[in-house]
This record gives sequence, structure tokens and C-alpha cells, in this order.
Amino acid sequence: MTVLTVNGKEHSIDGDPNTPLLYVLRDDLKLNGAKFGCGLGQCGACTVLVDHQPVYSCLLPVSVLEGRQITTLEGLGKNGEPSALQRAFIDEQAAQCGYCIPGMIMRAQGLLNRKAAPSDAEVRAYMQPNLCRCGTHMRILRAIRRAINDTRTARAEPVR
Amino acid sequence: MVWRILIGVVVVIAVAFGTFYAWAWRGEIPPLPKHDASSFDPAIVAKGAQLAALASCDVCHTRAGGKPYAGGYPVKTPFGTIYGPNITPDRETGIGTWSAAAFRRAMREGVTRKGRHLYPAFPYDHFTYATDSDINAIYAFIMTREPVRQANRAPDIAFPLNIRLSAAAWKLLFLHRGPYRNEADKDDSWARGAYLTVSLGHCGACHTPRNQFGAEEQKRAFDGGQGEGWRAPPLNENSRAPVPWTTEAMFNYLRNGHDAAHGHAAGPMADVAHNLANASEKDVRAIATYVTSLSGARAGAASPDSIKTAVAAARKLTAPAYGTTPAHQTTGSAAGKDGLGAKIFTGACVTCHHSGGGLPISRPIDLGLSTPINADDPTNLLHIILTGVHPRPGRPGRIMPGFEGALTDAQIVAVVDYLRTRFSHRPRWNDVAGALARIRGQRQTAATEAPQ
Repeated sequence: MTVLTVNGKEHSIDGDPNTPLLYVLRDDLKLNGAKFGCGLGQCGACTVLVDHQPVYSCLLPVSVLEGRQITTLEGLGKNGEPSALQRAFIDEQAAQCGYCIPGMIMRAQGLLNRKAAPSDAEVRAYMQPNLCRCGTHMRILRAIRRAINDTRTARAEPVR
Repeated sequence: MVWRILIGVVVVIAVAFGTFYAWAWRGEIPPLPKHDASSFDPAIVAKGAQLAALASCDVCHTRAGGKPYAGGYPVKTPFGTIYGPNITPDRETGIGTWSAAAFRRAMREGVTRKGRHLYPAFPYDHFTYATDSDINAIYAFIMTREPVRQANRAPDIAFPLNIRLSAAAWKLLFLHRGPYRNEADKDDSWARGAYLTVSLGHCGACHTPRNQFGAEEQKRAFDGGQGEGWRAPPLNENSRAPVPWTTEAMFNYLRNGHDAAHGHAAGPMADVAHNLANASEKDVRAIATYVTSLSGARAGAASPDSIKTAVAAARKLTAPAYGTTPAHQTTGSAAGKDGLGAKIFTGACVTCHHSGGGLPISRPIDLGLSTPINADDPTNLLHIILTGVHPRPGRPGRIMPGFEGALTDAQIVAVVDYLRTRFSHRPRWNDVAGALARIRGQRQTAATEAPQ
């Protein structure tokens, strides 16, 4: 059995400890924000935060995550009360098909956790690993810029 | 009597310093009255472009996200940080006022047009061997680039090395002026390769160990050194590549950044391979011929059959399935099949690194063939696990994600121990945790710069 701390809550997980975090989040905890894209750490759709830093949940076995703080898209805001970064993505209408957006938001949050006011060049470099096939990159970049300009997003704490 | 001795000592010191100063003094070379890019022969410029790529000038003379050759790249040395200067033909901040003679003097002697000594972070100890016609071609290429006004950043070096004469003293001790002499009994490609490797290619700048003064130890040429915090592997008979290098494999690696029996160029070598793709193919072949010959008997014994056998032996380590334990490996430790390292490997690495699987994107190297896993220390393996492998921004290429934020230090040490015992016959590394701490320290400064 593995004990995971997700969005501030502890969960006991039965089953193979080699199971990737993504499957446990989606299948056992019904947290469907993180998406399965490639399963190879190449696209970023499955990005969540572990100890405030972005990771690919498709490549991380739950066995290595005991005692660490996992934050998913659902942990940034409440239903009807999005976080400032989520609000910025909505305001800029950054999603087209939307499949990459949870990963994009989590990766951007990971950057803002390290640095409250990164430059545009830093945002571009940091967001490089996450792919969007619709081509909404300019809106995604605008949304992140909007959130940076909003001082409320210095650090997103998981909602308990 | 005491006074006489004292005066004598002072006189001797003064004379010695005066002689050194006279030796070190370099005059100003007059500025070019005007700079005319159209005066250069396009054929010479094209040749210069290939040689500048071969010398990887852009790496140290372009900062991250900056304009090409406009400078600002931090070269970190044990003595402090030196910022590659602007070498675009801007007349104020670049080298737009430099004549070909001034450029040749800089390349050969490490002196600016005005006569100031340059630090040996600029590899003039290699460029000094380049021929006039090759240096003139690079000059033609550089002088026809877009001029960029970008002020140079002063080096961040402490007293007394911040006094430029210290660079002259270094040259007195360690700079052996060219020209380079080829050994006559080798074929043409080998001789050309020897010349390029030692001069413009400046391969030894990373692949030869340096002494406490930062000078290459000539007696240990190509015995492995350092670059940008990575280990530059030995190119001589001490190479730890599980399969001996052949000229063909070396050419593939240098030209395409990849060879099936050796894997991908990573770290600072990825930039070199990227540049060599734009150098003259013949020159890259020549370098491959020479560099392969450095591993002596090992390279000499490499036949197509022996390579096949060596590849098969290395692949045997990865087959038949991950999770099983080969006979040479001890079990019960953290590195054994039931340990933490094995679990992390199964959960995080196998998806891509499983033997014989066809990935939709690209197939990673069989880990039994990996040089970093077989190296003398774990530095390069740790770099790759922490930051992964990435193409240049905006370019296609292979991706391995980094695990910097995903795994704890203890988990990384466990998986490194596991990889070493599982995929190499060499002894375990002693201080993986210490090496990891050093790299984490270096990387903290660049925390938001690199994607993971």
C-alpha cells in the first residue's frame, strides 16, 4: 500500500507500486485534470506538481512519491472559484480543444512557484517541453503573462 | 652589507620584470579606416563559414537568446567567469575596426587589436596552429556578419588574475606558438584531421585534463577533461565506450550527433555536433579519422565482426527483459533487483528504455552501450537524468525528459547505482551522492533558464 498526499489530502493506494501516478490520479482518485498524451514524457499533457515543481505523472511510479506534496489542476482552485492562473487562461480563451491546457497550466504554475515575475523569454524557454497541437501558443503565453501581472499568483497553495 | 644585498635583489627583480614587460608588451594595430563587407570574396566567406562552424565560435560568442556572435556567453573557469566578447563587425562594441592582421594576431597570440592580453578561456593555445589562409577565411566570414551593437561584459575575476599581464605570464609558461607540423607517414585525411583537431577544432580544450594553472597537460593529451561541468570522455586508449569507436561511427556521431553503437551527443557536445553538421563533410571525416586513431590498439583491433560481437555482448545486458538479474550482479543491495533503484527504473525508465521495443518517436540507446554508464565517474549520467536530452529550441530532435524535480536525491542515487550494476561490468561508483550535490549546486544558479 502507498500513501499519497494529493492536493493536501492523504490517500491510501492499493495495487502495484510501479503504477504511474497518472493512472492512480485518473482511475482511483477520479482527478481527471491531468491527461494521457504520449505516455513517454514527450508532450506534457500529464504534468502535475510534486513539491511545487512540474513533473510528468505518466512516468512517475507512485512508489517514489510517498511523503511528497502532489498538486493537480483540481488543487489550484475550487469549482466555480478558479485560481488566478486558471482565471487568466479562461479570460484569454487559451484553450481550443483543451487537451494540453491542464498540463500547460501546471507547468506555468511550476515556473511561477520558482519566480514570481519571469520575463517573456523565460516563460517561452520554460514552457518549451509542453506541446499544443491546435496552435494556441500565443494565447497560452498571453494567459501566463496576464497571470504574472496579477500579483495574487505568487504561490498557489493546494485547496484543502 | 645587508643593504647591498637588498639593493641587489631589488635590481634583479626590477630587471626581470622589465624584461618580462618588454616581452609581454604588444602595440596597437591601426584601426581599419572603414569596414566594407562587400570587399570579401564569397567563396572565401563560404569557406570561413564552414571553418567557424568547425571551431564552434558561436557557442562562446553568443549568449542564450542573443544575436549570433554578439557575445555575452559566460565561460565559467576555476578562476572566475569570462564573458565571450562581441565579435560582430560593429565598430564600437565589436571588431569592426580590426584588420586581418589584428585578427590573426588575436587568434595566434591572444592579444586584442589595441594590444591587450586575452585570457586563455579563448583557446588561442589551439588557434595558434591554424594556417593563415584558414584564419583569413574565418575573418572574412565574421566581417560579413550583421554588426550588432552590444557592449561587452567585464570578466568576473579576482585579484591578482584580473591584471591582464597575468595572461601574458600564462602564455610565457604554456603557450607554444604554431605552426602545426603533421606527421608525414599518415594518409592525407589523417593529417588534415590531426591539424583540425589540434588547431581550429580545439578538441583538447575539453578532452585533455588541465593543470592547476588551467593549462592542458600535454603529456596526457586527450585523456579526458571537463567542459561546462560535464566530463569530456577520454579519446585515447582510456575510452570507456563499451564498443570500440570506428571512423564511420565517429563520423556519424560528430556529423549527426548520434551513432547506433554509442548513442546521442549530449551536454556541451550536442552544440559541437550541431555545428559540425554545417562544417565541411570532408573535414569532419578527417577529424573522425584522426580522433579514432587516438584510441590506438583498441581502434586498430576494431573490425566489422568484432564490433558486431561487442554490440551483441552489450545488448545481452539489456536483454531478455528488464527486471531480471544478470549473473554478474549481486542482489539484496539497493542496486539489486528488489532494491529502490530497480523499482524506480521499472516505473520511470523502462517505458522508453526497454530492450527491443519500437517507440513511435525514436529508439533510445541500449543502456549496455552507454558511455556515461561505463564512465569513470557518474557526472554525465547524473546530468542526463537530471536534465534529460533536448534538441535546440525550435529544432527537431530526440527528447528525454529530465527528472530533476521528480526524483529525490536518494532516489536518483539509487537508480544510478542500479544502472551501473545492471548495465556495466565496471565497479560501483563510490560517491554518487557527492557528485549529485555538486551538480545540484551548479544548477541552482541556472534554475529557471533550462527546460526540464
